[in-house]
Formats: sequence, C-alpha cells, structure tokens
Amino acid sequence: MRRLFAILLGLFLATSVLAVEPEEMLADAALEARAEALDRELRCVVCQSQSIAESNADLAREMRIVVRERLTAGDSDKEVLAYLVARYGDYVLLRPPMQANTLILWLFPAVTLIVSAAGAFIYLRRAPTPAPQPLTAEEAGALEALLAREIDKPELK
Amino acid sequence: MKNVLVLAPLAVFAAIAGAFAVGLTRDPSAIPSALIDRPLPEFDLPPIQGFQQGLASADLKGEVSLLNVFGSWCVSCHIEHPVLMQLAASGAVPIRGLNWKDKPGDGAAWLARLGNPYDRIGDDPEGRVIFDLGVTGAPETFVIDKEGRVRYKHTGPITPEVWEKTLRPLIEELRKA
Repeated sequence: MRRLFAILLGLFLATSVLAVEPEEMLADAALEARAEALDRELRCVVCQSQSIAESNADLAREMRIVVRERLTAGDSDKEVLAYLVARYGDYVLLRPPMQANTLILWLFPAVTLIVSAAGAFIYLRRAPTPAPQPLTAEEAGALEALLAREIDKPELK
Repeated sequence: MKNVLVLAPLAVFAAIAGAFAVGLTRDPSAIPSALIDRPLPEFDLPPIQGFQQGLASADLKGEVSLLNVFGSWCVSCHIEHPVLMQLAASGAVPIRGLNWKDKPGDGAAWLARLGNPYDRIGDDPEGRVIFDLGVTGAPETFVIDKEGRVRYKHTGPITPEVWEKTLRPLIEELRKA
C-alpha cells in the first residue's frame, strides 16, 4: 500500500518536472531564472496544452533556446514575449492578453456573475410573501362552524 | 414575460452548445498565422547540397507563388509530394521550397528519388527562417502574393481537395489583384 502510494506520488510529481536540458541552461543563474519563468508563459505550439517549460518536443526546445538567446542579447522579458508573438501570434501566450478581441474572454465570467447575482437579488426582493390578513367576520364564522362539525362527529372505529 | 424568462437558461445552454459544436469541427492543430497580410520576414538562404540557387525573401516577389516547407524526415511531406509534382508539371503556380532541418544531402537525395517540384529551394538546417515564419510543423505552405506578402497558410499536406477548394481560388483572386 505504502509502495503504491509512493509510486502514485512519483507519477504525480513527474508531470511538473521541467523539460529544460542542462546544456540549454544559461550559466548566469539570474538570467536562467528569468528564462524559466518565461518558458512557463509560452505555449508549445505543437503540443498546445503544454508550456515550453514542460514539453520535450523539438520545437519547444528550439523556442527555449531562442528565449535564452534573446535574454542574453539583452532583451527585457516583455521584448522576448513580443518577439515570439510577432512570429506565432497571441496564440503562443498561455495567458491571453487583454485586448479588443479577448475582452469577451476576460469579462464574460465577471459579467455572468454580476448578471446572475442581480437577477437573483431582484427575484428574491420582488416576490415577498404577502403578510397574513386577519379573517373577515364571515370567514371566521365559517371556520367556527367547520370546527364545531369536526368535533361533534363521532370517531370512526 | 414570465414565460420568456423561464426559457432563458435553455437559450443560454443552446448558445454554449452551439459554440462548442462549431469548435469541435475545427482543427486545433491549425494555428492562425501571425504573418497573414504582412510581408515575409527578410531572409537569404543558401541552396541545398548539389543545387545552384538558394532562396531569398526577394525571390518571392513579382508573382503569386507557394512557399512550401518540407523535410526528407517528414512523413506527411511524402504524402503531399505527388500533388506538388502535379502542380509543378501543369505549371499551375511556381512552388518555392524551404528544406527544414535536413542533414546535408538528405533533401537533395529525397528530391532525386521522388522528383523536384520546386523552382528554388532554400536550405534551413537550423530552422531559423522557419522560426521567423512561425512554422509549427511540416509540411506547411504559404501563399505569397505579388508584393511578397503572406496571404494564407495551410498546415498539413496539400491534397487535391485543398488545392481545388482553397488554394486555387485564392491564387486566381490574387493574380487579378
């Protein structure tokens, strides 16, 4: 049981291991750290749901090398991302930028939440249970008569 | 009024289901090119082994042409190749080749064996130009207009159907422009 757990844990951890190879890494630790942070922001364009930090596809490897080349050349993080976006489009960014064609993507959850909360609020406010009205003299009389009849009736055995 | 509101969740569901249904018909591996309607990036590639002419971005101006990314290692290119040969034989459109990540001689040997549909070929063993073009795999084909701008990108092999339905009408339209 314990061994099974260890194997499962190992499998679970294995998915988060970085794909970057030692020979790709930059000697400068600070620059390499920036490169690895950028790797996690960039989509591997052939594997699609992985970042280039996670993918061991050839193209992901080449993209990691380019990221490191740009950083070594003195690019800022933003410039590196812009360099890749110019070639692969916004698609290469795992976090889509907020712009005209992505507004619906960013705002839809918030708008849905606000609209449904407002709807629920209005619904709950609009239909309060009407306060009970006292019985009219006529209704009270009818009720009395009914009750009297119930009591007089012999119980069925 | 009340009846309409009762139907609202159903309408929302139908809208979402519709959007997903459309999404399912699309090919997720076909990424829209960032280069559409933009000029080709500047490049000047040497010829592959045994050939005289290389390929530069300047060669892709003046007439409507196809820029086809291929490699001898690429299985789908093998499937696509007879279609390219037919297009070249009929003179339908000039085809320029980009030989991606082949070892020296491999590209030439492949063409010697299967025939050469390209009128110019650039050698890109390290994939630098490929990267500038935003290529994600081979084969991939760009339609280039007279001004040397990218007008369309096709991911995957060109089949007779792709040619008839997509590429040929587009090329005819671009020639008129």
